[in-house]
Amino acid sequence: MADGTSNNAFVEFERVQKSYDGEKLVVKDLNLSMPKGEFLTMLGPSGSGKTTCLMMLAGFETATHGEIKLDGVSINHIPPHKRGIGMVFQNYALFPHMTVAENLSFPLEVRKIGKAEREQKVMRALGMVQMQDFANRRPTQLSGGQQQRIALARALVFEPELVLMDEPLGALDKQLRETLQFEITNLAHQLGITVVYVTHDQTEALTMSDRVAVFDDGRIQQLAPPDELYEAPQNSFVAQFIGENNTLEGTLKEVKGNSCIVQLDNGDIIDAMPVNVGAVGERTKVSIRPERVEFDKTRLKADAHTLKAEVLEFIYMGDIFRTRLRVAGSEDFVIKSRNAPDQTRLTPGQQIEIGWMTEDCRALDA
Amino acid sequence: MTETSQHSGPVLAADGRPLKASLARALRREKLRAMLLIAPLLVFILITFVVPIGQMLFRSVENQIVSDVLPRTSEALEEWSYNDGAAPGEAVFFALTQDMVVAAERKEHTRLGSRLNYEESGISSLFRKSGRKVDEIGEGYADQFEAVNPMLVDPAALTQLFATSAWSEAVASDAELAVTRTFKVNKDVAEALPRASDAFREFAVFNQSVDEKDPRKAKLWNSVSLALFEDLRQNPAATVDGPASAAIAAAAAAVPAFDVEDLAQSFAKIDKDWLDPEVWTVIKRYSPEFTNGYFLNAIDMEKTVDGPAWRDEDQQIYLKLFWRTMLMSMTITISCILLGYPVAWLLANLPTRQANLLMILVLLPFWTSLLVRTSAWKVLLQQQGVINDIVVWLGLVSDENRLQLINNATGTIIAMTHILLPFMILPLFSVLKTIPPTYLRAAKSLGATNWTAFWRVYFPQSVPGIGAGSILVFIMSIGYYITPEIVGGTKGVFISNRIAYHISSSLNWGLAAALGAILLAVVMLLYWAYDRIVGIDNVKLGG
Repeated sequence: MADGTSNNAFVEFERVQKSYDGEKLVVKDLNLSMPKGEFLTMLGPSGSGKTTCLMMLAGFETATHGEIKLDGVSINHIPPHKRGIGMVFQNYALFPHMTVAENLSFPLEVRKIGKAEREQKVMRALGMVQMQDFANRRPTQLSGGQQQRIALARALVFEPELVLMDEPLGALDKQLRETLQFEITNLAHQLGITVVYVTHDQTEALTMSDRVAVFDDGRIQQLAPPDELYEAPQNSFVAQFIGENNTLEGTLKEVKGNSCIVQLDNGDIIDAMPVNVGAVGERTKVSIRPERVEFDKTRLKADAHTLKAEVLEFIYMGDIFRTRLRVAGSEDFVIKSRNAPDQTRLTPGQQIEIGWMTEDCRALDA
Repeated sequence: MTETSQHSGPVLAADGRPLKASLARALRREKLRAMLLIAPLLVFILITFVVPIGQMLFRSVENQIVSDVLPRTSEALEEWSYNDGAAPGEAVFFALTQDMVVAAERKEHTRLGSRLNYEESGISSLFRKSGRKVDEIGEGYADQFEAVNPMLVDPAALTQLFATSAWSEAVASDAELAVTRTFKVNKDVAEALPRASDAFREFAVFNQSVDEKDPRKAKLWNSVSLALFEDLRQNPAATVDGPASAAIAAAAAAVPAFDVEDLAQSFAKIDKDWLDPEVWTVIKRYSPEFTNGYFLNAIDMEKTVDGPAWRDEDQQIYLKLFWRTMLMSMTITISCILLGYPVAWLLANLPTRQANLLMILVLLPFWTSLLVRTSAWKVLLQQQGVINDIVVWLGLVSDENRLQLINNATGTIIAMTHILLPFMILPLFSVLKTIPPTYLRAAKSLGATNWTAFWRVYFPQSVPGIGAGSILVFIMSIGYYITPEIVGGTKGVFISNRIAYHISSSLNWGLAAALGAILLAVVMLLYWAYDRIVGIDNVKLGG
């Protein structure tokens, strides 16, 4: 679960709840603390409450309960324009009646900054996103990627310490998205700003963030660095949501320290690592990453349990092979193997046995 | 480099024709089909709208009535000018007699009288009086001719004399034709007796076409005798062939001894105004078929001997009225913007359910008759009305000093702002609806206060809606009629009320058309100016 408060927290959510209609909580008991300079991503399916959290932080929504603190000060009652938080919107929200330079100059004008300094700051911000040549264009004359760069520059031009980004790359094509992901993280680290980034794209979350908060049903399901999130999901939602994942359902049979035995619904027995399980006899979902499944017996421990599997489909994907298997009654069990010179290419109909290292197979909540 | 750009000539299509021609040919069919689709509407508008309006506007310069009713007089007047300082000579009065007899018989003289009365009051009664008595002029000659030879005043004999032989023969074979076959003048006789044959032709044709009588059996007009006298006096040697030659020769011999009638005096006896050069200037001034007189009138000028000149200060009304119309329309437009903007904003930003309810409230006035709404304002605004009662009850105004809210400009502005408000709200709403609320959020996140965010970011984007609403409201109000008529009193009426007055009461359609044409021109000019300043592309009526 989310770690509690720490003394050097820059952004803090304390027991924050939000309801729009007084009947349903959109955000349920949110606790979150971020140090200065962190790039934190809120990841989750739509309706999970992540955007609401961002809007509460920006000041466009008020928390129904709880406290939001910025740099140790409660900002619950500070209007958005006094919070000094930069924000990049999903559809850029560049003012169409102003030129690029005027858009960037706007936050400086409302802060009553002198003309010369304004121009200098605008040019510097445009320089950060390599858009100096577009100062006199109108937003509508720019491509999506260019508009996104300008939106970013506008959110940075008044030098906020905290920048919020609400699915900023959602409307861009894949290649441009990847370039900009890289640019945004670089810029954030260079400037040392704290970023809260909202997205529903897990790749984006994994590649960009220092830490990722996975949202579902109004709660943070797991808050962890990307590698931990991927390799050590705390519950089956996170395991399912992040990356590709094979799930097998069964009953917990026996727990021995760092290892346990799970009996699948068809009677097969497998080894797993108990992560988030109840008592013996309760239901569990075990999760195995496709690339951690072995079908070469020599690579497995001698006493490891194995499962019978039938190859249903073999897909050649260039760098990897993706093989779909029938395992324990499930027909969408997938394994991935690297395209190495000595790699076996399975053929449909082939009967094999599969297994895994106990620590790669995580027994989670049902 | 593409292949085509290497050629210096035009781009060719696959069949070797120029691409442009090919494209035009391909598009022509589509255009034709599109035209056919709108053709019914186009024809409808053309017939019911464009043509009548064009005709109506044409009346603002058209002035054929004088030359139609007094063709001979107009021609004779060419020699005369006001600077002569006196009424024109006998030739003009002779022409006037001939014209007036025909006009009086055809009852056209009163119409002309009313027309000229717009320019100089009194002419209407002058013409009416003259029309009644003009048939007496020339009676003396008729009697004297009768004394010479009764044949000279016998319509049957004169018909024989003046008609072509073809007409006479046809009538001789079938008496019916005397009515149905249009009377034709014998050329030889017309050469010898031009005035008399002209006068007789008028007499004959009038009897045939209006009274449907055989001219041979009708009562002869004295003007024919007058014309015959004039012909024989000027050309005593005139001779004609046929049975009447002896009678004409006798008459020619007798004419120098006739008692001469002074036509000017005869007219003066009917009405002494005929000797007034002013009257004659008016007739002469309006003789041409087209006139700028209506337009001059419409801008408070008049035609004088020395060319166009401003009317006296106390007679100037139209320029003042135009100016007032514009000023009040602008006031109404601005009030509509001020009152309509918040409503449009609510409409665009409320949740759908509430917005729909509000929209119904906005549209409600459309479902109520305009007259009812205006009359309701009458009830509300009058001195003993609801609003005054409330203000007095609240103690803001004492009972003796009740506010004058109606029958003046205030009443017109209040009522018209209310009536035209939906025309501001709807286009404004359709524009505001398209402005995403994110812009306001973005502005606030950048540090703008609510007001700055609205004024710097939201408002500029709503200007196209304001433009559309303003054009609509301004153009509608500039030509509004019913509401100012009911609540405007005298101080709150528009130019359109004056136009309506000239159309339906004073019947001066030419002036009404001129005022309308000016109004149309002003609107177009404003529209053009608006296009230059704001740009019509910036106007959005929806989407």
